[in-house]
Amino acid sequence: MRLLIIEDDRDAADYLVKAFREVGHVADHAADGEEGLSLALDGGYDVLIVDRMLPKLDGLTVIGCLRTKNITTPALILSALGAVDDRVRGLRAGGDDYLPKPYSFSELLARVEVLARRHVGRGEDTQYRVGDLELDRLSHRVVRGKEEILLQPREFRLLEYLMKHAGQVVTRTMLLENVWDYHFDPQTNVIDVHISRLRSKIDKGFAQPLLHTVRGAGYMIRDGAR
Amino acid sequence: MTALGKLLRTTAFRLTLVYLVVFSLFAAFLLGYFAFNTRRLINEQIATIVSGELQLLQVQYNQAGIRRLVAAVDVRSRRPGSSLYLVTTPIGEGLAGNVGSLEPGILESEGWVETAYRRLEEPESAEHNALVRVTRLPGGIRILVGRDLDERERIFHIVALAGRWSVAIVIVLGIAGGVFVSRRVLKRVDAMTGTTQTIMAGDLSGRLSVIGSGDEFDRLAVNLNGMLERIESLMRGLKEVTDNIAHDLKTPLTRLRNRCEAALRTANSETEFRRVLEDTIEESEGLIRTFDALLMIARAESGEVREGMAEFDVAEVARDVSELYEPLAEDKGLTLEVNAKQHAAVKGNRELVSQALANLVDNAIKYAAPSAKVSSGAVNGERSGILVTADAEQDRIVLTVSDHGPGIPSADRSRVVDRFVRLERSRSLPGSGLGLSLVSAVARLHGGELKLEDNAPGLRARISLPRAAAPPQQAA
Repeated sequence: MRLLIIEDDRDAADYLVKAFREVGHVADHAADGEEGLSLALDGGYDVLIVDRMLPKLDGLTVIGCLRTKNITTPALILSALGAVDDRVRGLRAGGDDYLPKPYSFSELLARVEVLARRHVGRGEDTQYRVGDLELDRLSHRVVRGKEEILLQPREFRLLEYLMKHAGQVVTRTMLLENVWDYHFDPQTNVIDVHISRLRSKIDKGFAQPLLHTVRGAGYMIRDGAR
Repeated sequence: MTALGKLLRTTAFRLTLVYLVVFSLFAAFLLGYFAFNTRRLINEQIATIVSGELQLLQVQYNQAGIRRLVAAVDVRSRRPGSSLYLVTTPIGEGLAGNVGSLEPGILESEGWVETAYRRLEEPESAEHNALVRVTRLPGGIRILVGRDLDERERIFHIVALAGRWSVAIVIVLGIAGGVFVSRRVLKRVDAMTGTTQTIMAGDLSGRLSVIGSGDEFDRLAVNLNGMLERIESLMRGLKEVTDNIAHDLKTPLTRLRNRCEAALRTANSETEFRRVLEDTIEESEGLIRTFDALLMIARAESGEVREGMAEFDVAEVARDVSELYEPLAEDKGLTLEVNAKQHAAVKGNRELVSQALANLVDNAIKYAAPSAKVSSGAVNGERSGILVTADAEQDRIVLTVSDHGPGIPSADRSRVVDRFVRLERSRSLPGSGLGLSLVSAVARLHGGELKLEDNAPGLRARISLPRAAAPPQQAA
């Protein structure tokens, strides 16, 4: 995956470039908005990571310029402004995701990978399948093996989100944002409890667990046999 | 600027000057009109008298001839305050009358004319003006009757004098009034300026004086005072936040630093370093959380979020939040029930209200969980439920979260809403001490309030918010 990091803080940028390389991605760095825009216009990137406050051209303008030129490379906005309305403004300007600073690298990585995959056009399938677990989005049916699993509406959405991003790490905040539409920190880890409920429904009694906890990052649903 | 200069520049003084000019012009016009009309009236009166006498004399001449006319004129001429009379032969020889001299050529033509004259018995220098009428009688006799114009001139002079005086008085009174009014205004404005200057210099406790007359200055002062009140409370809040940040962020930062230093000094295996680093990350996450909460409270208190307000259903929020926490409650051995069926519209920020409610539910679970109930043995297992309700009460929407935990002693209830206040009993549980402050700030942002009540046993937190009415009401 090729990434472009537009960030004026040298240390933060170096850290990100190095961290992304360590996990096997290619990352370029632009130190200001103008440079970032011209690099992004040349294309070839899978995801853009854009700091909101940049010298010369601010992050939202960079994304706005790209969008008017029909360049749809997914963009994740990093910002020290974390409040709800700032977030809404960022997404309205054409950003695809918004991560307030300070963030953890695992959170950023998980979000970037989801964005990259979405762009490749995995699309909105009507059926998801992981191992012997099947989810039908139209009939709202979940079947594992030959057995139908009954889920609450929210549990269904939780599983749907996890399966849509099967094989990818999904963080707790991503779940809270996408399944519950909350952007605040619920202090106690309520998500863990929901996951363990879901796990007891889909994994209990099966030899092969599908829903995995990724330590320090979040959760992932994948076919353990591979 | 000198005091006089300042006075002359005031709006009140300038207005006074404008009024002064307008009034002077008006007075002048009035007097001019009066003088003109008086003059016309006198002229008319004179004309009537003169014409009357002339007619009388003419009749006498026509009946009894020149002799009778001369006799009549002689009699009339001698009366005190008499008119002017002159009867001449066709060649201008005086036959009778009291006129000594006239401007030359007056007798040549018939009709009305104004002329200077002198009476017979008067000295050479005494000249007066008169309005006269000359008529030629049959037989070439000419007769002149006239009346002195002194009276007219006198009245005219009186009016002119009155005019001059009144204009002078208007000007003097106007300027004096202007100065008086301007000085009064200036005094109050100066007082206001003085107060604002001390406030600008940093003393935010200063207030503008309100005299109580209810005039526009009082109203302005009351409004400005209200504004100052708000600014002061915001500044106080800001200062409090800064103080709290200093205190409650520095403590964990110190802990963080001490731990790292200790690790550098004593740790000698990778596992140990790893453990310290993991602890450090965890601690820094707690710090970020505290910081976020503080910022959120500050934003809610400043009313900055107000722009993004929209109408939403609080009952739905109650159901959603309960649904989010229900598994957690069950995990802790509690039941979480929600009673929110009726649509309860509130204009506000859905995210913030959700977070406030989440804080309350989170607290309830944290403190009412059977494991946390060490200090209150009175609670039995039957009554370990948490109840979330959302309901409409007249023009308010009321959200409650009730638990059967240890509750909060009534003496502490108002205190726990303050930032960073954690009661002794809760020190052992995780938390920043900001949860209730945020709830209270969110409630106030929406024009509502947070109340903590006794649930006998336990705690009932009650948020009341103004209901969104059909004509949308402004949150106070």
